[in-house]
Amino acid sequence: MSLWEYANPKKFIATADAVLPFVTVLAAAALVTGLVWGFFFTPDDFRQGSTVKIIYLHVPAAMMAINAWAMMLVTSLIWLIRRHHVSALAAKAAAPIGITFTLIALFTGAVWGQPMWGTWWAWDPRLTSFLILFLFYLGYVALWEAIENPDTAADLTAVLCLVGSVFAILSRYAVNFWNQGLHQGATFSVDREENIADVFWWPAVISMAGFVLLFVALVLIRTKTEIRARRLHALELRERMA
Amino acid sequence: MIPDLGKYAGTVLSAYGVSLLLLAAIIALSLWKSRAVKRKLDAAEARRSDG
Repeated sequence: MSLWEYANPKKFIATADAVLPFVTVLAAAALVTGLVWGFFFTPDDFRQGSTVKIIYLHVPAAMMAINAWAMMLVTSLIWLIRRHHVSALAAKAAAPIGITFTLIALFTGAVWGQPMWGTWWAWDPRLTSFLILFLFYLGYVALWEAIENPDTAADLTAVLCLVGSVFAILSRYAVNFWNQGLHQGATFSVDREENIADVFWWPAVISMAGFVLLFVALVLIRTKTEIRARRLHALELRERMA
Repeated sequence: MIPDLGKYAGTVLSAYGVSLLLLAAIIALSLWKSRAVKRKLDAAEARRSDG
């Protein structure tokens, strides 16, 4: 069996239909467990007080805002190299989900930053690159909507995605090599000494798994929709020409 | 039921409220668009097989 079998729209839809119920149930279970555990059953932080509860939304949303763009980059490259339509449509399908995660990360970051840093916003490397990533998301969706020919739209948005990837990478790694700004380094570390306490770690990891699974479920649903919309567009064109 | 969030109650509740609202919106929008497109495609396929 080859991965490229899923470039066939019918095969993709059949597979998506088969896995969606499992992914959806797992996503709901992980999200509810992570967020309820984090909100109701974790203690306040000795310095940040109850604002530490925002971590269960902010970190997973920020992680997935960047990962969604990474997924769009991979599928855009597949489109550019192998010209599989499902790949381009999957990238298109992921963008609004990425926008939602980016908005959540920006909003929760701002309301968390106000009491902790004394400001809603700072032109810090990570925050600024994240804002630019958000603008790239908006531009990406606008470009898809602005171009009537779907293949041309897929080509141009794929190039935009390549350019925007610089800011996706910056928003993850800017804090490591740009030693200025308010935002701290990575919250999660494989080094036990540097990592957050277990009491916060477990619900945060479950919530992150929930965000990943929710993203997968929504991408599958939205890609199916885009495949059907493309077929509908083709049928309507044929009807008009008949 | 709601834990004592102290002086940061507004901050934490607004973060959760807005985030959950945004998540609900993208889920609802995705499902609504999925059903609408499927309905239109089924109708177009039916017209095609009739014609």
